[in-house]
Amino acid sequence: MAEVILRGVAKRFGATEAVRALDLDIPDGAFVVLLGPTGAGKTTLLRLVAGLERPDAGSIAIAGQDVRGVTPAGRNVAMVFQQYSLYPHLTVRQNLEFPLKSPILRTPPDQIAARIGEVAAVLRISHKLDNKATELSGGEMQRVSIGRALVRAPAIYLMDEPLSSLDAKLRADLRIELKRIHDSLGATFLYVTHDQIEAMTMATHVGVLDEGRLVQFGTPRAIYEDPVSLYVATRLGLPRINALPAGLFGEAPAGAVTIGLRPEHIRQGEGREAAVTRLEHLGDQTRLHLHLDGHDIVTLAEVHTRLKAGDSLAIRPERPLYFDAEGRRVHDSRTDQGDRA
Amino acid sequence: MSGASVTEASSGQKWIAGVLVIAYALITIMPLAWILLTGFKTPPDSIAYPPKVVFTPSLEGYVNLFTTRTRVTPETLAALPPPANFAEAIVRDRGMVIAGRSKFGERFVNSVVIGFGSTALSIVLGTLAAYAFSRFKVPLKDDLMFFILSTRMMPPIAVAIPIFLMYRQLGLSDTRLGMILLYTAVNISLAVWLLKGFIDEIPREYEEAALIDGYTRLQAFVKVVLPQAATGIASTAIFCLIFAWNEYAFAVLLTSGTAQTAPPFIPTIIGIGGLDWPATAAGATLFLMPVMVFTIVLRKHLLRGITFGAVRK
Amino acid sequence: MAEIVIRDLRKDFGGFNAVKASSFTIADGEFFMLLGPSGCGKTTTLRMIAGLEMPTSGEIWIDGEEVSRKPARQRDIAFVFQMFALYPHLNVRANIAYPLVSQGLGRAEVAARVAEAAAILGIEAMLERPVGGLSGGDRQRVALGRAIVRRPKAFMMDEPLGALDAEFRERMAGELRALHDRMGATTVYVTHDQLEAMQMGDRIVVMNHGVVEQFGTPQEIYDKPATLFVAEFIGSPPMNFLPFEGRVAAGGDRVRLGGADLAVPCQHEAAAGRLVFGVRPEHVTFDDAAPFRGRIEAVEYLGTTQIVTLSSAHGTIRARSAASLPARVGEAVGLRFAAPCVTLFDEATGRALRSALHGEGGAHG
Ligand SMILES: Nc1ncnc2c1ncn2[C@@H]1O[C@H](COP(=O)(O)OP(=O)(O)O)[C@@H](O)[C@H]1O
Ligand SMILES: Nc1ncnc2c1ncn2[C@@H]1O[C@H](COP(=O)(O)OP(=O)(O)O)[C@@H](O)[C@H]1O
Ligand SMILES: [Mg+2]
Ligand SMILES: [Mg+2]
Repeated sequence: MAEVILRGVAKRFGATEAVRALDLDIPDGAFVVLLGPTGAGKTTLLRLVAGLERPDAGSIAIAGQDVRGVTPAGRNVAMVFQQYSLYPHLTVRQNLEFPLKSPILRTPPDQIAARIGEVAAVLRISHKLDNKATELSGGEMQRVSIGRALVRAPAIYLMDEPLSSLDAKLRADLRIELKRIHDSLGATFLYVTHDQIEAMTMATHVGVLDEGRLVQFGTPRAIYEDPVSLYVATRLGLPRINALPAGLFGEAPAGAVTIGLRPEHIRQGEGREAAVTRLEHLGDQTRLHLHLDGHDIVTLAEVHTRLKAGDSLAIRPERPLYFDAEGRRVHDSRTDQGDRA
Repeated sequence: MSGASVTEASSGQKWIAGVLVIAYALITIMPLAWILLTGFKTPPDSIAYPPKVVFTPSLEGYVNLFTTRTRVTPETLAALPPPANFAEAIVRDRGMVIAGRSKFGERFVNSVVIGFGSTALSIVLGTLAAYAFSRFKVPLKDDLMFFILSTRMMPPIAVAIPIFLMYRQLGLSDTRLGMILLYTAVNISLAVWLLKGFIDEIPREYEEAALIDGYTRLQAFVKVVLPQAATGIASTAIFCLIFAWNEYAFAVLLTSGTAQTAPPFIPTIIGIGGLDWPATAAGATLFLMPVMVFTIVLRKHLLRGITFGAVRK
Repeated sequence: MAEIVIRDLRKDFGGFNAVKASSFTIADGEFFMLLGPSGCGKTTTLRMIAGLEMPTSGEIWIDGEEVSRKPARQRDIAFVFQMFALYPHLNVRANIAYPLVSQGLGRAEVAARVAEAAAILGIEAMLERPVGGLSGGDRQRVALGRAIVRRPKAFMMDEPLGALDAEFRERMAGELRALHDRMGATTVYVTHDQLEAMQMGDRIVVMNHGVVEQFGTPQEIYDKPATLFVAEFIGSPPMNFLPFEGRVAAGGDRVRLGGADLAVPCQHEAAAGRLVFGVRPEHVTFDDAAPFRGRIEAVEYLGTTQIVTLSSAHGTIRARSAASLPARVGEAVGLRFAAPCVTLFDEATGRALRSALHGEGGAHG
């Protein structure tokens, strides 16, 4: 286990700047989740750390050692790919053995068997060990590829959206499983995803990527409650934050162009009258779609609310976030203290 | 859109399709069956008109294929001791005696050595080259790929003379090694093109996973790429073997004695008073066997290989 | 526009029974969801309604007419196969006009209808553009336009958003629903994603193994699941199930789980044996004085709320609570369950027992 430090790392493919001058410190034992939409450069970043891609600029150090020129095998990292990581011509057991039998590790057979037994039990694939890799369901395949990383004890585990192809239930189970593995091994993880729930629930640190740049890095709570930009604010939170003209509810701080209102930060019963356009009953929450001065606003209502489409409802911001024309956060000197309560 | 019961074939349509497939199979199998049967006919039966479908099978064709014979007077024939085996008996019925072995056996062995030898060499070199073209940044890759294919563009006749002169200088003419090299040179373009396609289809992630798992690139190639390319390699090998096995023009021009393969030899089996059809057919039948066995052994791969792109995408 | 009535609809593929005697009614103008795990028979049901698959038995009424033996083209239904299936050599206008031209409509009529569809979708500006250069969202709008111009009685959509990435999917889902609100056309929509179904649907049919497990509005299905399957399939995280051996009398309102005496809604039927105590995560609260104990295994932060996973003598329990509530892994806590929201199930049949919450069993089968 080790810390990983990136300094000024950049990578371009032709005209596309996939990763731009990126600094990142992954502390020893951290579970760092990088969050970004498709094309943000998540996969490229992992491949740079793994040594599958060479940076155009910058340096990467794993456990204090500069790994420039070190082969992937020499970096002692384990990676779970977004897809295609199981060798289709091998059985599940052979897939799990593969890294342990490498010329670098040359693990003795009895240790291999023991290690595979443990990992298979954790991931609940013990009964599938002798299946061909192609004879598994999607969920099982993905668990085996996670297992292929877990059999090793590398400096860092790199994971590229490992849960994205699984159904919701399995995803929920594996999130907890990965978190548990992280806690019990004290291992360092660099995990990339576009799923905000994964980022919020598993990470010790979340990094938000925007077109190859790391725009904010901090604890999930810090990123949710104190985003540096509108972009970051829209990445976390379901339903998404409402972005409205700053003056919609009256006075705004100087320089603010946009007011960001999280659905749960809208007080009902006072303020401006909005029209209810639609209700969505999701069971555990009811979403209220409102219309105010030509703007759509989503907020939450009591689950069995009596409101219905066509009603009108007064609303007022509570703990709003303000952003300037570039989308950067503008701090409101009057209410900011309250924001972090 | 897939229509299931609405667009799915009705039983009538299926029946028609079945009939068509069987008819087509019969048409393609007909010449093969004809050759197989002719090999077991006597020379008069083989040229009878209308053709005989029912006949008394005879091994005369096979005996003639493997022997040379001379005609002797009836007196000499009568003076001989009784025939030692069935072959001698068949030959004496025609008023002849066996003079010696024919060259068919040697030619057949030449075909096997040259055919399989050049196939193996084409596959080994072709796989390595295809891997490099598929995975590495090769300068002028597209031009090179096209240039490789150009060896296939010229008819053998056009290059036969220069190759003949070159081989004479190098001492390769009429040698098995010379023919193996020549067929490899021709086949390798096909092999590289086909195999590159197959290797392109294998996602790079597999090798990259192996690199991260602690293997070198060569080890990753052997342990991860080769097993997955097996299907492509098998179907490419079949195409290479079929070419080398059946090749006629170069074989006629460049071999005469020691290294001659079966295709130029079979037509030289001339019988008394015209072509000996049963012997020729017997030679053709035996000649078909190795490719047929090879293809049947690799059949599963071949079918999957040919439909590879369609299945994967 | 039309009401669609499905009666005892059944489909066999050879010996395999894909859809078993389903009955439900889709009201005129409704956005109706067919929801269930993959392989449960949703697509088959939809295709039977559209006329692409002949039912083995049963009736399909569209707009008061029995159509189960009629071919698709006589049912006047638009089937949105895959949103991206556009003709690449035609421009947007020609793509949208295609179904009308092939019906042989007059030029003026076609132009008017295309203009109307384009206005509904807000794509008037791009009518002359080739479809090749369009973004994903615009392609999807054009594909919808092609379905709309025909003014069909109903729209059938089979997981139209399945292939899209999460963000885009969310946006298109909103757009589809808004489009429906503007047009008011009966829509039958197939999905395996419970959130999508809850979010977009007016009413939902939940299917499993070819059987209709329940049908009703999203909130009804969430609050009063008719079966264990529905309770588990709807909601994320799903309902907690605490299996126990016990009994309840008709009119009873308490059950004994191990050492704990727990309140339940007033029961309308008696049951004994293997029962399951079902409670949603948001109806589990912490109370140190409560006799039912659990140990915190994991805490997942979700912004304003958090999911706390606990282990108990009766299995894993998930609780949803405010993110500000302190919860530390390893801690032992007492748990309270909101009695009016608890459902009891018979484990063997999987059926919810009738109670003050469940009334006379909702719409089942
Ligand atoms: N090998 C490559 N060649 C060209 N462009 C690439 C390559 N890999 C990635 N890119 C581009 O770099 C950007 C970032 O890609 P990627 O790291 O895969 O993003 P993510 O994993 O976040 O979806 C994208 O615009 C992508 O098209
Ligand atoms: N044409 C068919 N022939 C045989 N079985 C089929 C056919 N179409 C669907 N099935 C089977 O019927 C069941 C239901 O399929 P489907 O309606 O496609 O499910 P869903 O859309 O809910 O995933 C599945 O088990 C499937 O394998
Ligand atoms: Mg990626
Ligand atoms: Mg389906």
